Amino acid sequence: MAFYIVQFLTGLASAASLFLVASGLSIIFGVTRIVNFAHGAFYMLGAYVAFTLTDRFSGALGFWGGIVVAALIIAAVGVLVEMALLRRIYHSPELFQLLATFGLTLMVEDLVVLIWGPSELLGRRAPGFKGAVDFFGQNIPSYDLFLIALGPIVLGILWLLFQRTRWGVLVRAATQDRDMVAALGVNQKWLFTSVFAVGVFLAALGGALQIPRDAVHHAMDLRIIVDVFVVVVIGGLGSIIGAFVAAVLVSELNAFGILIFPKISIILVFLVMAAVLIVRPWGLFGKQEGPARRTPGLTVNPWRTLTSGERLAATAALIIAAALPLFSGNYALTIGSEIAIFVIFAASLHFLMAVGGLASFGHAAYFGLGAYGVAFLAKMAGLPMIVSLLLGPLLGCLGAAVFGFFAVQLSGVYFAMLTLAFAQIVWSIAFQWVTVTGGDNGILGVWPEKWAASPSHFYWLSLGIAALMVVGLRIVVFSPFGFALRATRDSPLRSEAIGIDGKRIQWTAFVIAGTVAGVAGALFAYLKGSVFPDSLGISLSVDALVMVLLGGVETISGAVVGAIVYKALNIWLVSQTDLSKLVLGAFIVLIVVAFPKGIVGMLETIRNRRRSASAKSALLASPIETAE
Amino acid sequence: MKLSVQDLNSHYGPAHILFDIALEVGDGEVVALLGRNGAGKSTTFRSIVGLVEQRSGRILFEGKDVSHQPTHAIVSRGLGYVPEERRIFTELTVEENLEVGRQPRRSNAPHWTREKLFALFPNLGEMRNRPGGRMSGGEQQMLTIARTLMGNPSLVLLDEPSEGLSPKIVEQMVDAILTMKKEGVSIVVSEQNLHFAKLISDRAYIIERGRICFGGTMAELDGRPDIRDAHLSL
Repeated sequence: MAFYIVQFLTGLASAASLFLVASGLSIIFGVTRIVNFAHGAFYMLGAYVAFTLTDRFSGALGFWGGIVVAALIIAAVGVLVEMALLRRIYHSPELFQLLATFGLTLMVEDLVVLIWGPSELLGRRAPGFKGAVDFFGQNIPSYDLFLIALGPIVLGILWLLFQRTRWGVLVRAATQDRDMVAALGVNQKWLFTSVFAVGVFLAALGGALQIPRDAVHHAMDLRIIVDVFVVVVIGGLGSIIGAFVAAVLVSELNAFGILIFPKISIILVFLVMAAVLIVRPWGLFGKQEGPARRTPGLTVNPWRTLTSGERLAATAALIIAAALPLFSGNYALTIGSEIAIFVIFAASLHFLMAVGGLASFGHAAYFGLGAYGVAFLAKMAGLPMIVSLLLGPLLGCLGAAVFGFFAVQLSGVYFAMLTLAFAQIVWSIAFQWVTVTGGDNGILGVWPEKWAASPSHFYWLSLGIAALMVVGLRIVVFSPFGFALRATRDSPLRSEAIGIDGKRIQWTAFVIAGTVAGVAGALFAYLKGSVFPDSLGISLSVDALVMVLLGGVETISGAVVGAIVYKALNIWLVSQTDLSKLVLGAFIVLIVVAFPKGIVGMLETIRNRRRSASAKSALLASPIETAE
Repeated sequence: MKLSVQDLNSHYGPAHILFDIALEVGDGEVVALLGRNGAGKSTTFRSIVGLVEQRSGRILFEGKDVSHQPTHAIVSRGLGYVPEERRIFTELTVEENLEVGRQPRRSNAPHWTREKLFALFPNLGEMRNRPGGRMSGGEQQMLTIARTLMGNPSLVLLDEPSEGLSPKIVEQMVDAILTMKKEGVSIVVSEQNLHFAKLISDRAYIIERGRICFGGTMAELDGRPDIRDAHLSL
């Protein structure tokens, strides 16, 4: 019995930091409507700076002062970020906001390694809380007891701040109606900045308080942000009470999940999250929001099928690509195959985002599932390559069917957070369930059969499948199903009123996208001859998002161009620098701020402008929000 | 001159809404902006306080050109705005709603306190801690006016204050507006209801399809039944 109580208390102690970070995220979202992906990065920075300060200054004052000062320093960094970056994108579609803050996260990951080095750092123990309390023969660290008390205290302070101060009243008013607050003479700019500072302070404090419990390392940002997303999805984004209750719930589920499913403890959290989503899609304490506010793009741009000239050009490009083996070596062909595979992957995500209006931040899950599907079939069942290639993607299809069902219940930022959480869950399973997946060692020896083994043959195979998939997806876009999907994207209410079952349509689109991603993953497994959990990882999901963005979200097949350019650049970049995340992150931020239309989108705009320079149809390019 | 609007043109996306609007409001004056639904009354107000992004022309408030300033800066100069949709903060109590509107005291405008406003709108005083979302339409209309007055404005733009209210509440609204006028607040009130406008206004403009087509005293408007019948639905 005592053991379970200790386990329970450990869970409560873990809840404290989680609550601090989640409440910060919620507060920022409430007013600015931005889901700050960089929140995990601020948490991590808080921990690193606190490590340095508490290491440098001794004594109790050095420790506690160091923790608070670290949080204040990071809050100041947050203010700079808000003023320099976020102010430029408050009016951008939420996809761009998510991506820009994600780019920031990537940059911070490399910066942290640059400053503090790649190895784990062990922080000081908290003065006055170094020992443990004996509880019926079980030890409870006294620092855990401090954290358990801290959670409710912070909750109380936040409550007073929001209920009893003018600032709190203004923030709550702005959460509901920002423009009206401005129309009453309040300068929103500084209100937003101050809210962001408070939110970042909470995240950094959460990180700083972790140093006596956990080692500080450069991957702690992603670990916390996934947990935080699960917390706010369960508790309801924007609710501080919800963040508290859900943080306790998730921490307890983690603490006890380890006892029930030691290998795949995250399953329990997933089951609870799924249950909450079915009963209350907007979270336990959240409020139901209206339908999605906007399409993911910037402008409404009528889509049309290719003219016969453009079709000829596309065919010619394909023939030239197919001629590559005639004049290049094996290395170029392997890269060519990889690019073709990523064209398939990017096209599948592009289909979901551009046509379906659903920006998935965890699309790699289905890519990786396809890869694992092939590995299981080829390696364990010993099936021939053709059969494995055909059946392997079905695992991606299955995953998309299960997760997609829950994900399409939500839209916008909730959808993004949920897909990211799902992908991370799949990744954890692949990582932890060593007996089946091989864990970190992956599954090796998934080689193609003789007929496809030579680089040129495999290249032709990949290129052929890529062409088939891209053409197939285009056909779907201009099919009745594609029209229904776009109608649901642009106006959920109106399409429902003409009899379109939006959720079912979006679910179908999710499954199509997941299956096509699975095809890419299946080819990828054969290309590399192995499968690792990386194929399910967040960085791969983000790669895909950047490919789509680079090509242009509003285009029909921009992802093809985006994937080719990005993958080629990426391969080159990794060979040139160790700081690829820093460069990539800065690149993402740059695209969002300066070139939100992407390569193909910009080309289209230029062409439209030329064609209609005299006809004065700036209409096409001017921003039009969907009325709702 | 309290407010002078010159050559105001406004667009929503590609649509041109307001055409060369010109308005003037004297110190302590109550001016009615009359017109049918969709004539451009609300857009005129929204343009004056900077809520319409695409606008051109000059807007002089107390002699200063405010046409390039952001909304909050215009409003905190003492130009209050009461939107047609009321836009009460439904999660906030009556007192908290008033708190959002509170601005420092101004030398050239009457100073409003909570107690003074509760005397002006006695209903509100009886529900200080009620959330805005649980109030009737009439009570919300009073709250939105009281909230703007907390900013101690010297001029208030009142967008259709009588819309959707019961006759009894409209009477209270007339009294409240006349009290504001007596305290020295200049007011521009947009209305479809000519009868209501006559009870409170010194002068009137008529707006039709985004253009001002009449400006004069209430007596002059009475003398032109043709204009009244052509542009106002009675």
